Amino acid sequence: MTAAATDRAKTDKTAAPAAAPARRPRDLGWLGVPVTAAAGLAAFWLFPEDLGLLTRILATALYVLSLDLVLGYCGIATLGQAAMFGTGAYAAGIAAVHWIGDPLALLAVGGLAGGLIALLTGALILHARGLTLLMLTIAVTQIVQEVANKARDWTGGSDGLSGIDPAPLLGLFRFDMFGRTSYLFALAVLLAGLLVARRIVRSPFGLACRGVKEDPLRISAIGGSPKAYLVAMYAVAGVFAGVAGALTAVTSGIVGLDSASFSWSAEALVMLVLGGTGRLYGAVLGTVSFMGVHHILAASDPFHWMLFIGLFLMGVVLFLPGGILSGIERLGGLFRAKGGKA
Amino acid sequence: MFGIAVDGVAYGMILFIISVGLSVTLGLMRVVNLAHGAFAMVGGYVASYAAQTLGLPYAAALVVAVALTVLATLPLETLLYRRIYGHANELSQVLLTIGLTFVIVACVNYLFGPTLKRIPLPDALLGTVSLGPKAIPTHRAFVIGMGAVTLLGLWWLLERTDFGIRLRAAVDDPAMAAALGIRTERLYMATFALGTGLAALGGVLGAELLPLEPYYAIRYIVLFLAVVAVGGAGSIFGSAAAALALGVTDTAGKYLIPNFGEFFFYAALILILFRWPHGFFKGRTA
Repeated sequence: MTAAATDRAKTDKTAAPAAAPARRPRDLGWLGVPVTAAAGLAAFWLFPEDLGLLTRILATALYVLSLDLVLGYCGIATLGQAAMFGTGAYAAGIAAVHWIGDPLALLAVGGLAGGLIALLTGALILHARGLTLLMLTIAVTQIVQEVANKARDWTGGSDGLSGIDPAPLLGLFRFDMFGRTSYLFALAVLLAGLLVARRIVRSPFGLACRGVKEDPLRISAIGGSPKAYLVAMYAVAGVFAGVAGALTAVTSGIVGLDSASFSWSAEALVMLVLGGTGRLYGAVLGTVSFMGVHHILAASDPFHWMLFIGLFLMGVVLFLPGGILSGIERLGGLFRAKGGKA
Repeated sequence: MFGIAVDGVAYGMILFIISVGLSVTLGLMRVVNLAHGAFAMVGGYVASYAAQTLGLPYAAALVVAVALTVLATLPLETLLYRRIYGHANELSQVLLTIGLTFVIVACVNYLFGPTLKRIPLPDALLGTVSLGPKAIPTHRAFVIGMGAVTLLGLWWLLERTDFGIRLRAAVDDPAMAAALGIRTERLYMATFALGTGLAALGGVLGAELLPLEPYYAIRYIVLFLAVVAVGGAGSIFGSAAAALALGVTDTAGKYLIPNFGEFFFYAALILILFRWPHGFFKGRTA
């Protein structure tokens, strides 16, 4: 992040020293929300047949965004984000089946559940690093999945939890069979999530987390507690992941065991890295491109998809470490440099 | 009860043979290799092809599988892995090796098809061996024997040979080892070959217990990683103890308390790693 920023600053300086501050791509960050909203609405008109898929993409983007908060802003490499997503999805699903119908309340339930489980497990495991931390996050996910599998009376076990039938949104908009309400609801939640996440990462707390990522020793030297920051951000990301899980449960009406699986965690990581970590919008871009290509390729043969995504992933790691967004930025930098010369 | 113990130990030995390869590469190169399960799977598939389609005897198929897997993966070390060695790159390591796993899964499916593959056992391994009043299946006895041979062989290789001394030196301090004239790049290559060879060996031997299908690579990698994390990266006896404990508890859990085996396994994993973040058996050997 810092390296990229300095790079950018350098290109700016060499290209057009006078106009540098106004041209910094950083200041364009606020554009992300309107652009996402416009693209989301355009997709609503362009693909009315595929609203189910698009809704799933939006909810997944929120989930990947939660991983970005942990990985991109705290540097915690985790393979256990699905634990929070699954907990949120199951909490919202169970609440919807037994007690409440209001979709917004269900999202709150999911967020609360995700945040709680993240806070508990985060306090327990975040002292570790490297392989140990990866294993611990995997173990947490497996335990959540196993509990969901065994508590058949509540969760439906391997059959999945079904019968989630939320009440109309705000008492006005019914969840219709074409998924229009679902889609617009998911889009609104994602946009709200992006705004809140942007506010969080730009707050002093977010900056402190980034400090922990860059140099934990210095943070403790100036009086902060790195672990406390990490646990707090882990819990915040847990809330996001829980809301994403609840959103999936509300809009799709079912919750399956795979929502708390190892591979769902790994897929989130893949999507985030494709888009670019530490940028928030990278999560959205990565999710859209991953799931879009998946939809097209996996329709013919799931193994074509695995070959493609595997090669693509290796290519990104080896040649484009910052993900798609950094590639775009680098291209932008090239053009700007050329423009400066000409 | 005795049968459970034998099955558990045999299962543990398979886990040991595969995981110790991962443990050695993780201890030396510090690379979290999620593609290790894929290498084991490749070994199993090659052996299955050699035995079923080409009609080679079991022993020959085993040798061919290990040799071919090592030959096929050595270029990967030079081309891919060398770029991501070291502590700082966990995320790239995870992603690159997940990508590699996906590619291998897709290729294996393309070449061999999605069905379950078997490696036919020779008659010599089909019967039972009597041990006093009890009898155990010959294949299980063979697997346990191979595991013990691997354990002793690795111990001898790392503790008693020149190669082992250099390897341990490079683990302790790569820069110093290089300065003393040890060619660490070759050492890395040899160690990587050793690791994939062990993976392939385990994949072939364990085809009865961990069935060969294209998702093998993804399904079992968590188990192998758990063994390494509990055993401590780079520790042979740690891996052996962790793999045996895991194999016996997992098998016993499946027979005795079928409902909560996995739950207890992961809960124990969390507790162990919480108390001993570097592994329960973190030893001094490479």
